[in-house]
Amino acid sequence: MSQVLVVVDHLDGVVSRPVLEALTAARGLGEAVAVAVGSGSGAAVERLGEYGATEVVVCEDPSVTSVLVAGVVELLARLVGERAPLAVLVPSTPEGKEIAGRLAVRIDGGVLTDVVEVRWDGGELRAVQAAFGGSTMVTSRVRRGVPVLTWRPNSLAATPAPVSPRVTEAPAPTISGGHARVRATRMAAASGRPALTEASVVVAGGRGVGSAENFRLIEELADALGAAVGASRAATDAGWLPHTAQVGQTGATVSPDLYIACGISGAIQHLAGMQTAKTIVAINKDPEAPIFQVADFGVVGDLHTIVPQLTAEIRARRVQE
Amino acid sequence: MRVVVLVKQVPDTWSPKRLRPGDFLLDRAAADGVVNELDTYAVEEALRIKEKHDDTTVIALTMGPPPAVEVVRKALQMGADEGVHVVDDALAGSDAMVSSLVLAAAIERIGFDLVITGVESTDARMGVLPAMLAERLGAAQATLAAEVKVDGREISVRRLAGGREFDVVAPLPAVVSVVEKINEPRYPSFKGIMAAKSKPLTTLSAADLGLDSNRVGLAGSATEVVAAEERSAERARVVIHDEGDAAARIVEFLASRKLL
Ligand SMILES: Cc1cc2nc3c(=O)[nH]c(=O)nc-3n(C[C@H](O)[C@H](O)[C@H](O)COP(=O)(O)OP(=O)(O)OC[C@H]3O[C@@H](n4cnc5c(N)ncnc54)[C@H](O)[C@@H]3O)c2cc1C
Ligand SMILES: Nc1ncnc2c1ncn2[C@@H]1O[C@H](COP(=O)(O)O)[C@@H](O)[C@H]1O
Repeated sequence: MSQVLVVVDHLDGVVSRPVLEALTAARGLGEAVAVAVGSGSGAAVERLGEYGATEVVVCEDPSVTSVLVAGVVELLARLVGERAPLAVLVPSTPEGKEIAGRLAVRIDGGVLTDVVEVRWDGGELRAVQAAFGGSTMVTSRVRRGVPVLTWRPNSLAATPAPVSPRVTEAPAPTISGGHARVRATRMAAASGRPALTEASVVVAGGRGVGSAENFRLIEELADALGAAVGASRAATDAGWLPHTAQVGQTGATVSPDLYIACGISGAIQHLAGMQTAKTIVAINKDPEAPIFQVADFGVVGDLHTIVPQLTAEIRARRVQE
Repeated sequence: MRVVVLVKQVPDTWSPKRLRPGDFLLDRAAADGVVNELDTYAVEEALRIKEKHDDTTVIALTMGPPPAVEVVRKALQMGADEGVHVVDDALAGSDAMVSSLVLAAAIERIGFDLVITGVESTDARMGVLPAMLAERLGAAQATLAAEVKVDGREISVRRLAGGREFDVVAPLPAVVSVVEKINEPRYPSFKGIMAAKSKPLTTLSAADLGLDSNRVGLAGSATEVVAAEERSAERARVVIHDEGDAAARIVEFLASRKLL
């Protein structure tokens, strides 16, 4: 069976959830082969096998990831040349999109971003993308070369299909020419909560929360729901939360089962990052706030009284169960 | 130093965006065209670099239908020195592969040490073009920058990607995309608006760039839209006013959707 390459997004071997979704999608097309580069990639093998990767190509050589994007692309281009896969799937993160774009140029294949579904149609690959914030579903075909697709998180339920993967050590590619080199990397502080882009529930706060201290209310609701914490740009600009919590056009794009927006007006730039959430609940004291246009359930009221009550009710339910 | 800054015309963010039935191209007539907001940060950054480094020329470049020249004018009004508009009926329907081919050809023709772009177009939201340009131009890719410093023939960038932050160093020539945290774009001054009228503005066709019409537009694209379906957001849109029972009613709603 022909192969589908899945580029693994991981942090020291801890695989991000979109990769498991991409593996699930890849299995429907052909044989899923995972490609993991950078430190700790060997540690990802077992997890990738659980989700049906029959082979994991590993390259731990630090020289690959120290050259920004171009290093990974070099390795992928070689693999595409050797294996002529049916497609390459990359998780749809900002860096994943850059990898996909560069790779497409290198191998002269079509690139499609934010894909939510792939299938065969008359021997040809069809990819469905959610465009314009989810208001239009676009089906495209790739007319030339190996398709390079970025997979949008939370587009399908990742299902396990355990196998014992074959591990292939790939030699580091030689990278010549002028490139950007990574001198230092800093992580966002770990919160103990699920990652924003992977969480099935997100509780987000905006300017209406009022202060960094008040964000405790949002965090407590998030913890009661096992949710990630998000924010509008107004809240991150104020320094109430780190910029990594920002949801929107220039922050994270999330597509959770449930998004609870508290004290967020619903500026178009914010909606761009969350309006494909399956269910949206909004709490805002202004009945005219545009967030109510996209909400399934809206409450006009003061978040400072409603949010703690909601947290208490949910905790009480959890105890009863 | 020659700094090429990329600006794109996009439909106004608040306007509903749709694809035309038949050819599935973005219906640009349905909405007012405005400058891609995220590109104004690129223009601002180019101007700040010019202010710090003598002998710097900032060239604003766009590819798009005739009205797109407006976004080049806007960049000139902000302070860019020259403008270039790539416009050709043959370019209609170009996908990312073709756009990057055309823009790379234009940038090579203009001559560059640094290319600065926005982080994504607000219409297509692909965020792929800057990396594609770096690949095509054989230039260093120092993208997703929240901070840029040019020092001689070296550039350092603080990169924000996902939950991580990177310190990156690259030689020139380089391609940089900027995130909106990098600066606060200026508004054109009256003086700037007047001065823009006499700044050089060049128009280029695909043929001027040595590109055959079968390599561009729909004909040259590597991808093709075969269907588009508008999906009305199926939102319940229930709005209640809190009368002390809001929390209970949210819980009831969540339970009804099996979200608890
Ligand atoms: C280039 C660019 C990119 C941007 N990118 C993003 C992005 O990625 N993400 C993003 O979020 N924004 C982004 N923005 C900013 C965006 O335009 C808005 O300014 C921002 O989203 C507003 O945040 P907010 O809703 O928290 O604040 P506001 O618009 O000030 O809204 C606060 C809301 O809280 C409500 N409120 C106040 N007090 C209470 C209370 N006690 N109880 C209940 N409700 C209350 C108010 O009624 C109001 O509706 C961007 C802007 C630009 C120009
Ligand atoms: N047609 C175009 N003309 C000029 N610049 C463009 C064009 N398309 C994209 N760009 C630039 O590339 C960036 C990323 O675009 P995209 O990959 O389409 O999301 C934008 O912010 C622009 O700076």
